[in-house]
Amino acid sequence: MTSLSDTGEFIAKKYEPKGPVVLDCQVNNIYYGDFRAVRDSHIPIEKNKVTGFIGPSGCGKSTVLRSMNRMNDLIDSFRFDGSIQYHSNDIYGKKIDPVVVRRYIGMVFQLPNPFSMSIYDNVAFGLRLNGYKGDEEEMVVKALKRAAIWDDVKDKLKNSGLSLSGGQQQRLCIARAIATEPDVLLMDEPCSALDPIATRQVEELMVELKEHYSVALVTHNMQQATRVADVTAFLGVDISKGGRTGYLVEMDDTHKIFEDPQQKLTQQYIRGEFS
Amino acid sequence: MSEIIQSSAPVIQYPSLEKNSLDIREFKNIFLTIMVWGIAIMASIPLFSVISMLIIEGGARIDFAALTEIPPAGFEMGGGFGNAIIGTLVMVGIASLISIPFGIMAALHLAILDPNSKVATVSRFLAKVLTGFPSILAGIFVYGVIVITTGTYSAWAGGVALAVLMLPTVTLAAEEAMKQVPQRMKDAAFGMGCTRTQVIMKVVLPTGLPGILTGVILAVAGAAGESAPLLFTALFSNYYMAELAEPTASLSILIYNFSGMPFDNQIELAWSASLVLVVLVLLFNILARLVGRSKFKE
Ligand SMILES: Nc1ncnc2c1ncn2[C@@H]1O[C@H](COP(=O)(O)OP(=O)(O)OP(=O)(O)O)[C@@H](O)[C@H]1O
Ligand SMILES: [Mg+2]
Repeated sequence: MTSLSDTGEFIAKKYEPKGPVVLDCQVNNIYYGDFRAVRDSHIPIEKNKVTGFIGPSGCGKSTVLRSMNRMNDLIDSFRFDGSIQYHSNDIYGKKIDPVVVRRYIGMVFQLPNPFSMSIYDNVAFGLRLNGYKGDEEEMVVKALKRAAIWDDVKDKLKNSGLSLSGGQQQRLCIARAIATEPDVLLMDEPCSALDPIATRQVEELMVELKEHYSVALVTHNMQQATRVADVTAFLGVDISKGGRTGYLVEMDDTHKIFEDPQQKLTQQYIRGEFS
Repeated sequence: MSEIIQSSAPVIQYPSLEKNSLDIREFKNIFLTIMVWGIAIMASIPLFSVISMLIIEGGARIDFAALTEIPPAGFEMGGGFGNAIIGTLVMVGIASLISIPFGIMAALHLAILDPNSKVATVSRFLAKVLTGFPSILAGIFVYGVIVITTGTYSAWAGGVALAVLMLPTVTLAAEEAMKQVPQRMKDAAFGMGCTRTQVIMKVVLPTGLPGILTGVILAVAGAAGESAPLLFTALFSNYYMAELAEPTASLSILIYNFSGMPFDNQIELAWSASLVLVVLVLLFNILARLVGRSKFKE
């Protein structure tokens, strides 16, 4: 069922995707300097699905997610060993420009980070960056509506994005990320600063988004994973051998992970038996 | 139940929260407040006396002639300092054209491109040293480098000397402003698919602009009032400048020259020139703030 690596470490059973895969992420090792943050994890992101990442704090969820659009390249000590197939390219291939990768694989961060410019300009930022030729205003309004923030900001589009509340800022950031209609949207705990109502709206948004895009979602909220994720990857962290290296423990359809997990670690985590 | 609560109620002693002016803390508080106000008022006396003197003494002689005519000689009456206003504007302009782009580029290197490198550490240290540099040395340096080699005092030399003084102020202030731009904002820009240049042009510089402008204003205000570095570089001239490669008048040198003269006319003009200098700096300050004000409401 599962196998062991050369060094005798646990390797999760391969998840067999049922539909087309948009990002086929094969991590052998991810290092920060000498620190091995994540090892041996094969996590395919399927097209038009929400793939959830759950796991204890520090297991490398953000690290894997940020590897998927080469955001981690900005960290000097970061080193990625493996491959991530996007259409017919390995995004870690020699000829690949990470800047272009990020235009197709968008990202919403854990903490809201609007630019210090008007709400409208925040959302139009990506469109202008990509030299969008169509009706900019229409795209901005559409993105704001889809991110469930239109009603909050429709009368003050010229105000600074920083003047909004934390939850509004996060929805603004989501609007900014989807305005350019990226192929894949990576979301790192996007709801951690939101109230239950806004969380609900963003969750509905994710479900809606997957009709056209593919979403990878890191969450600490189990209910959220069951509500929106079609497939769930559980990452664990092995502290028994002294290290703190994270790895994929189990990946499967969300209902399978939550109702009938195959691994003991997954069971314990889902039942809340360890943090 | 209610019995127990009633019987225990009188036992609770609530602390008094009322103000007690006999309390030693309250006394200290009042004493320190009076001290701080007193010292603040004392400190602002010189400032207000200078400003009121400037307005009274300098305002008396401000008229069209003073602003446009050339300086009077000896016992002559009338005259003005139009050439010195132009000279100061031109030399501060030259200095700004040199020091602002260089200062901002140096700050980019210090704050964003390579903050921890040896070059950055050394140049940051040197910039800090240079901010405390006696301004007359900047004049002597430029005298040696430009005046002697070109063989003439000039507006160029004056501008360069002022640029030497402005550069560290602009650099350090701009570096500080750019460092204040949160990493999260830069991450967001990179995440949208910006190149490093685009992150700098579209996010770091606009976000840091108010801080950068403050540094520029400080530097310009300082440079406009400098006289020592101009003594060796631009010298002075009694006529309107015809070209940049000739000795050039400036307000600060005119004030220095005229205020020591035994003629009332010149002394009055020195006061007026001082007022004009202050107003010029103030105008620039306001202008820079208008330009730098964000186009949206915070
Ligand atoms: N920039 C970095 N430099 C060095 N080590 C890092 C860096 N970022 C993360 N790490 C380390 O990598 C490991 C995984 O971190 P990561 O942020 O991916 O965890 P996470 O699963 O997202 O946790 P959380 O749920 O708390 O967000 C941690 O041990 C962390 O200390
Ligand atoms: Mg994280």
